[in-house]
Amino acid sequence: MWKWLHPYAKAERAYQLCNTLLPYFAVVSVLCIVVGWVWGLAYAPADYQQKDSYRIIFIHVPSAILSMGAYSSMAVAAIIALVWQLRNAELAVIAIAPVGAAMTAIALITGAAWGKPMWGAWWVWDARLTSELILLFLYLGVLSLYHAFEDKKAGGRAACILAIVGVVNLPIIHFSVEWWNTLHQGATITKFDTSAIDPSMLWPLLINLLGFAALVGAMSLIRLKNEIMQADKHRPWVRQLVSRG
Amino acid sequence: MLEIKALTCIKQERCLFESLNFSLLPGQIMQVEGPNGAGKTSLLRIISGFARPDEGNVLFNNQNITEDYDSFAESLLFIGHKTGVNLQLTAYENVQHWLGVHGYQCNRDDIYHRLGKLGLVGLEDVPVRTLSAGQQRRVALVRLWLNQAKLWILDEPFTALDKRGVAMLQNRFQAHLDGGGSILLTTHQDLTSSFDSLQTLVLEYRH
Amino acid sequence: MRASNSYWTLFCNVYRKDVTLAFRQRAEIVNPLLFFLIVITLFPLAIGPEPALLARMAPGIIWVAALLSTMLGLDKIFRDDYMDGSLEQLIASPYPLSLAVLAKVAAHWTVAGLPMVIMAPVFALLMNLESQALGATVLTLLIGTPLLSFIGAIGAGLTVGLQKGGILMSLLVLPLYIPVLIFATSAIDTSSMSLAYSGQLAILGAMLAVAFVAAPIAISSALRVSVS
Repeated sequence: MWKWLHPYAKAERAYQLCNTLLPYFAVVSVLCIVVGWVWGLAYAPADYQQKDSYRIIFIHVPSAILSMGAYSSMAVAAIIALVWQLRNAELAVIAIAPVGAAMTAIALITGAAWGKPMWGAWWVWDARLTSELILLFLYLGVLSLYHAFEDKKAGGRAACILAIVGVVNLPIIHFSVEWWNTLHQGATITKFDTSAIDPSMLWPLLINLLGFAALVGAMSLIRLKNEIMQADKHRPWVRQLVSRG
Repeated sequence: MLEIKALTCIKQERCLFESLNFSLLPGQIMQVEGPNGAGKTSLLRIISGFARPDEGNVLFNNQNITEDYDSFAESLLFIGHKTGVNLQLTAYENVQHWLGVHGYQCNRDDIYHRLGKLGLVGLEDVPVRTLSAGQQRRVALVRLWLNQAKLWILDEPFTALDKRGVAMLQNRFQAHLDGGGSILLTTHQDLTSSFDSLQTLVLEYRH
Repeated sequence: MRASNSYWTLFCNVYRKDVTLAFRQRAEIVNPLLFFLIVITLFPLAIGPEPALLARMAPGIIWVAALLSTMLGLDKIFRDDYMDGSLEQLIASPYPLSLAVLAKVAAHWTVAGLPMVIMAPVFALLMNLESQALGATVLTLLIGTPLLSFIGAIGAGLTVGLQKGGILMSLLVLPLYIPVLIFATSAIDTSSMSLAYSGQLAILGAMLAVAFVAAPIAISSALRVSVS
């Protein structure tokens, strides 16, 4: 059953798979982000309380959701890498980590920028911002662990173990921080039935979410392509690819 | 007993060995030779299951060692370059700890007797750090007399040993081979006693 | 001869070795404890000695000091064994590595965690903590410090093969300590208001149970990576 996962065939095939998928992700992300931003920033109605400053949610919310999403997909890749000993899944972990960390950083910066007009301070110890900050630490941990290893194969496996340990801890951390500070706004986006957010704002938000997801996918694919080439640079297929141009 | 199939190891972007095949039967001894950096230690560590090969398999009794490592470990005795002797503990404590970790039972007198035979009389209860390099190595090599493992993997076992020590070790090798065991070792010196079943594997330094 | 009850023998041997070594170099036990004490001393000097303020901050200070002093000993938990090759011998033993790891974590707790639990009432008094909070302080440390040893050993296992693993290990481990910190300090807070804090203790206990099962697996796979 796992014959097709044989490492030889797989590296090249994974590379080709990346190549096939990349255009779709790229097109979807560019389209959705352009449409979503124009709609959200220019056409969506202003909030009756927060006025125009609420518009930062069209960046903040998707990046915050994607920072968690990227971590979970990284952990899934890590589990696959350790259970089936797939080198490519390891590389995927390394490929996703900086993208996820960037999303986390964007969520933190936009969150702080949103906080200034809302709370009157750049930083408040709000539960969501705090767990986002801890998430950034977890990402940075995975990245610095990987880069501390001279032997990148061992580094990749160590990063996988840490990613799994992190994903087990993440709900506990999240829960504990929420519990520690219950003074945050309710989770607006998931309350579809009570419709806490107006459809005129929800649609551009969802489009942006899709766009950000595709962006994370596209950037991870580009990075994965590079990682595969790096790892396999002595294999004939990479040499052929490079010499072709 | 031990079968190496198409083993490849790449370290720091240098291919140490590629598609290595050999097998080791009961009663056989194999010496791995080669210059520094040729991958002797890497090979031994892969066969012992500490490191993973980039390709290929290590089979023991027709079973891949990674499948059931613990049962492979039951037949394995590994003494590496770093011997696993703690310098703060005494020779006796070191031996006793090793026996306990590997599930062997041996009474106090036997351990003292063995240590004495290896020239450590009166040094059983002083911290190993106060012993000479050769004596420290003997503390590790006592294990060769106190185990029932079939496969011995020894990385440079003769380092720091004097002539008597080397001779004693080789006698022990012979006894192990006669008992149906097998040995895989690296050494820079040639073995002084002649083993009938000696095979040599030469690893070249590859660029 | 292979012994029959060898799992227990293995556990005892590994545990005994680490504890013996620690008692032979007593600094290993005394220094983290002194560090704990000094960190606690720094706070009244830094923020002022008003008893009410100190009592308010005491749970946090005690626990942050506990986290930091656990980190001190953690770096050493596998390092010596890695350096002298004992770790390879543990892997090459016919018994599960996670069992040996469990013994090492237990030894670390005996040496680093238990003295803190015993000394905790003294430290709590230094910080003007109400007497009804003393029990909570001891109990949270009793359940929390083994948890710190388990989580910390994962980080130690991942970084043991690296030359400058010490600082990196703190970066990896400290974020994972946050839930322990939150629930433990909140338990002490609650108890100083004479309310029931069994909920927080139950959560800490549940986390310890999960760590007891899962952490040795993570630690042993981390060690296998570090040794390779």
